[in-house]
Amino acid sequence: MSKKTSYSPEQLKTMLYDMMIIRSFEETVEKLFQQGKIHGTMHLCIGQEATAVGACVPLTNEDKITSTHRGHGHSLAKGTGIKGMMAELLGKETGYCKGKGGSMHIADMDVGNLGANGIVAAGLPLATGAALTSKMKDLGYVVVSFFGDGATNEGAFHEALNLASVWDLPVVFFCENNLYGMSGSIKEMTNIDNIADRGAAYGIPSETIDGNDVLAVAEATERAVARAREGKGPTLIEAHTYRWRGHSRSDARKYRTREEEKEWRKMRDPIASFKEKLVEDKVITEDEYEDLVKKVQAEMDEAVEFAENSKEPDLDTLMEDIFA
Amino acid sequence: MKEITYLEAIRESMSEEMRKDEDVFIMGEDIGIYGGAFGLTNGMIEEFGPERVRNTPISEAAISGCAVGAAMTGMRPILEIQFSDFIMIAMDNIVNQAAKSRYMFGGKAQVPVVIRLPGGSGAGFAAQHSQSLEAWMAHVPGLKVVQPSNAYDAKGLMKAAIRDNNPVLFYEHKLLYNTKGEVPEEEYEIPLGQADIKKEGSDITIVATAVMVNRALEAAAELEKEGISVEVIDPRTLVPLDTETILASVKKTSRVLVVYEAVKRGGYGAEIASMIAESDVFDYLDAPIRRLGGLETPIPYNPVLEKAAVPQVEDIVEECKKLMNK
Repeated sequence: MSKKTSYSPEQLKTMLYDMMIIRSFEETVEKLFQQGKIHGTMHLCIGQEATAVGACVPLTNEDKITSTHRGHGHSLAKGTGIKGMMAELLGKETGYCKGKGGSMHIADMDVGNLGANGIVAAGLPLATGAALTSKMKDLGYVVVSFFGDGATNEGAFHEALNLASVWDLPVVFFCENNLYGMSGSIKEMTNIDNIADRGAAYGIPSETIDGNDVLAVAEATERAVARAREGKGPTLIEAHTYRWRGHSRSDARKYRTREEEKEWRKMRDPIASFKEKLVEDKVITEDEYEDLVKKVQAEMDEAVEFAENSKEPDLDTLMEDIFA
Repeated sequence: MKEITYLEAIRESMSEEMRKDEDVFIMGEDIGIYGGAFGLTNGMIEEFGPERVRNTPISEAAISGCAVGAAMTGMRPILEIQFSDFIMIAMDNIVNQAAKSRYMFGGKAQVPVVIRLPGGSGAGFAAQHSQSLEAWMAHVPGLKVVQPSNAYDAKGLMKAAIRDNNPVLFYEHKLLYNTKGEVPEEEYEIPLGQADIKKEGSDITIVATAVMVNRALEAAAELEKEGISVEVIDPRTLVPLDTETILASVKKTSRVLVVYEAVKRGGYGAEIASMIAESDVFDYLDAPIRRLGGLETPIPYNPVLEKAAVPQVEDIVEECKKLMNK
């Protein structure tokens, strides 16, 4: 973690801050869920902050993402605001979806966030379409499509990769391989060592990276985005990471060991390791880090207050926005 | 006026819109040089080029999602699903994505996509290429469903479908492709949600869809000879449904027969019948509401069996006579 990087100190600090925001957001909504203030379910991405933040580093506001059921991190990294997200999770009218989407459907077209998705692998074909628009209208934007290891056994994954390849679409297929599709271990469900190997079947360059190293993620995505912008078509990135929590709120995690969890948490925490590196490289001091912790907490407190004080959606909105 | 086929009418409608609006394009399997499985897109790639007449891999799950994603980001795609039966492989993108994006995202997305679906039996394609599953689509909030029965309607409704900012499922009947009809030279659009009275009458209202409209008209001509006056209503779009025109007709005739090709059980005709039964017009009925639909069987290959699986002219004639107690 002490290799040289081309990112400025400001950029590095922003990456750290963005990851801290995601972790804090997840911990906050987890608490609110336990307090009964959020209903339904949620899929937390604690432990996977580096993939979301790193992959969004090379993106502009015009670039787009498609996300997954475990999508809070992607949305935050792409610039979707904390307050609107918090309000959405509380089902309030000030939420991004006016309280009608919830955790699995947060979208923010203004920052190119084409939406989380409750259907595994559904974002990949949608991403090819958004990329086709970019190509046909010569808009120059790139689409990063996030998905998990589980999605790579869906037909939509294979069809979308092939389509993007034959049409040279500006898409980055970004696989967050967190080793489990719900309870299904990747070792049980897939008979190859690297998901990235699947790129070869479609003539798509691909690589496997450490998804808990935000710089490795940013650099790999940078290369893929550059290829896409040059009209050279899609790239498949497989980033190894780990979700600290269960699949969703009902998961007793019987399919994996506490030792395995401990190893990832203690040895491969994407935030702690990056912070250490930045302190070591004298990009930030411990005091500055403590300031960031306080700043993040203040933002969360403000977001929760905003969400709690927001109104429930009016009953009249029930039948609104079904048709344009 | 000029006379063109139903198939030409759809092609003409799409081509006119593509000339006017750069955002409109068509994608689908074998729609390029081949001209589509039914020849509907013949000549289009020559006029518009391969960027706007996009030949796709045989990947319904990807191309349907691609069309939805393109629609969400500013294009107005028309997706040809080669046979409507293949919609099964595209279902997630239509039902879970296209239909719900706007609502789920709090009104911040729109999905102006037209999905063209050649459907129906009678052409000898057997069970996996002959279904009429439009009721499945009509059941899903957020989707509009169109089912034209002649060239004039097909052209005008396609215009409206392309210009609509919502996902529109456009069911084309294979048996109608080569039927000819008069179409004006000048520009016109038929708004979605307007039924059409195909023939006026006073004794019985037949509400029929797609190819059944033509069979109902044939039946009406025969019944006329026996002194039974039939009014034929074509809803033209199932969603939105023009309930007003249907109810006004039933109120006038006081007898109604709903005719559709789809399997009778759970078909869209059941919805039309229920809508009538639940309305104030119920009190005007002189006889129970009757339905004629397809039998509860996959569509068979043998032409005699195939014909027997769905309503024919003589079935409609017989049912009308029963309704008149004759």
